Amino acid sequence: MSDTHAQTVAYVRTTMLPPQDPPRAEAGAIKWLRENMFSSWLNVILTLLSLYLIWSVLALILPWAARGIWDAASLTECRAIRDQLYGEGSDVACWAVISDRWQQLLFGFYPQDLYWRPVLSLVLFLVAVLPVLFTEMPRKLLILTGLAPFVIFWLLWGGSIWSAVSILLGFALGWAVLKYTSEPLGALGSMILAVVVPLLYWFLLAGTVAGALHAVLPIGIQEVQSKQFGGFMLSIIIGLAGIILSLPLGILLALGRQSDLFFINKVSVGFIEIIRGVPLIVWLFTASLLLNYFLPPGTNFDLMLRVIIMVTLFSSAYIAEVVRGGLAALPKGQYEAADALGLDYWKSMRLIILPQALKISIPGIVNTFIGLFKDTTLVVFIGLLDPIGLSNSIRASTDWNGVYWELFIFIGLMFFIFCFTMGRYSLFLEKKLRREHR
Amino acid sequence: MSELAIDREIDRSHMSVSDEVAIQISKMNKWYGTFHVLRDIDLTVYRGERIVIAGPSGSGKSTLIRCINRLEEHQSGSIVVDGTELGSDLKNIDKIRSEVGMVFQHFNLFPHLTILENCTLAPIWVRKTPKKEAEATAMHFLEKVKIPEQAHKYPGQLSGGQQQRVAIARSLCMKPRIMLFDEPTSALDPEMIKEVLDTMVELAEEGMTMLCVTHEMGFAQAVANRVIFMDAGQIVEQNEPKEFFNNPQNERTKLFLSQILGH
Ligand SMILES: Nc1ncnc2c1ncn2[C@@H]1O[C@H](COP(=O)(O)OP(=O)(O)OP(=O)(O)O)[C@@H](O)[C@H]1O
Ligand SMILES: [Mg+2]
Repeated sequence: MSDTHAQTVAYVRTTMLPPQDPPRAEAGAIKWLRENMFSSWLNVILTLLSLYLIWSVLALILPWAARGIWDAASLTECRAIRDQLYGEGSDVACWAVISDRWQQLLFGFYPQDLYWRPVLSLVLFLVAVLPVLFTEMPRKLLILTGLAPFVIFWLLWGGSIWSAVSILLGFALGWAVLKYTSEPLGALGSMILAVVVPLLYWFLLAGTVAGALHAVLPIGIQEVQSKQFGGFMLSIIIGLAGIILSLPLGILLALGRQSDLFFINKVSVGFIEIIRGVPLIVWLFTASLLLNYFLPPGTNFDLMLRVIIMVTLFSSAYIAEVVRGGLAALPKGQYEAADALGLDYWKSMRLIILPQALKISIPGIVNTFIGLFKDTTLVVFIGLLDPIGLSNSIRASTDWNGVYWELFIFIGLMFFIFCFTMGRYSLFLEKKLRREHR
Repeated sequence: MSELAIDREIDRSHMSVSDEVAIQISKMNKWYGTFHVLRDIDLTVYRGERIVIAGPSGSGKSTLIRCINRLEEHQSGSIVVDGTELGSDLKNIDKIRSEVGMVFQHFNLFPHLTILENCTLAPIWVRKTPKKEAEATAMHFLEKVKIPEQAHKYPGQLSGGQQQRVAIARSLCMKPRIMLFDEPTSALDPEMIKEVLDTMVELAEEGMTMLCVTHEMGFAQAVANRVIFMDAGQIVEQNEPKEFFNNPQNERTKLFLSQILGH
């Protein structure tokens, strides 16, 4: 056949027909519908039933939400407008409560003329996390990421710039301890020292240092008290601080739990089990009430800071367990190969083990973070004004007494946006890492 | 097991055994719980030796060579590697390990790093070699194992034989003075066994001190200067390859050889 040429054989086609579309029923939406929704009798029934359910829910909610009233100063006014528009007693939303009080829901009692500060902080935060979330960004930006928390701290609470600087000094101190004592003391001893020294500094010296510096060179902006913080701003601050701090702590706890060193191992296990075994709300009450008995009288230990610490400890116990799962999933050969090349414990963890273990743990870690973020609403029980707390106080005003759904829908939607974004990012990261290391 | 595959002339000009001791093991014992895995092991390895360790499954071959870079700890007796005794003194263990290369049965490459990064990681972080220099060295050894073009792929994209050659290159990048191989070819298909064995033969030709646990008797005959037979945690017999294969003394060795060579 190989030497038969097309032009010599009359029945061989020399030009190709253009490809035809597949028959209508075999393509596009119709085919998809037939295969996925109407492929059998059972499937048809289920499809129709689901459609009916969705329709009835939407029929209930959509008109209520879409016909909602946005422009009113109080619930009574809202009702008057409604009666006028849709007739007496008809069921429509009163979104006016949101348009009237959205600033409060977002910022709590933060001074109105200073709203730019939390907004700028959020922008700064988003810029600062970019190089962390997306590894394609230049690595040098990570230095800015490291400084961002201190700038944000200063922007939010205001006051003298030197308090932020003096806190930053504590971290520098820890870093210096780590750098210069790891030779004589060994990795573990120097790490413990690098935690203890800054803590002592913050408790005993930081205030004095800041005061002294301020006396020499007073730079500052208007101070805002913690109790003026509220709304989503509060949830986001507590949530993000908890998320950022609990990841490294959780990793250390997971390594501790895996460690052969008796003391480290038992402390980690004990810590994880105790923290996990008690409800968060109990820890929050501990933070707000009990700590006052333990701290020396007169110390003014910010309630928000206490809450952040508690939330961090709480979620780090969960992170530790998630990461431990990742560590256990790695084949023993990875540990052995790292050892056999002469990498010491910390290097093999940092370069070989953790990158792989964390990759496995991403879904669990993000899951924990989402949980933590939503759990910040529990702070309402110790008197902090998170969105739920604010919705209570909005309802306590005579203007909006009796509004429930609208507030909760708004709050729910806001939380959903945050949590959904985190979930999507986790999927993106999983896909990307899978693509990279097939 | 094949009597394979080493189909070329071996260049013996650099294969010389010096009288410098590389590894000295004496009266070494090891237990797993109550199970006595290694019994009174005495073994002296001179620099430049190519030793093949053979023996039935479970006889303690892996355990023995894993003791040499302290992936396993022994409980009595002594192991001296390059003049340093492996004791409970932890300070120098990473130093010993960086001088002793190890190749595993299942390669154990790092799947999250590229081939090149696998090879440069230890030189950069353990030896503090500048990145550029480490990469040049890595490319040199990747060329030697004949896969420089794979440098930017991930281990998961390579065949088993290629992965094992990368693993050998990764060890060589640390410029080790001793290489340990634990059944480097037994997880591979026959075609790939040859490419890995070729690499090992070349290494032997350059005078590397090697301890290989392997069932490739062709390799043993071609390059080993000593074959050690282990059974039930003991070194039962050792001899130069010709004598070992043609004139085994011990009954257990004879039985093992008849099984493995199919006589
Ligand atoms: N971690 C361990 N705990 C308890 N027993 C072990 C452990 N590792 C190995 N053993 C036992 O020690 C004995 C020797 O094991 P080793 O792996 O050294 O044998 P081997 O000669 O390498 O065998 P193979 O040819 O199958 O690799 C075996 O009986 C094995 O079951
Ligand atoms: Mg073995």
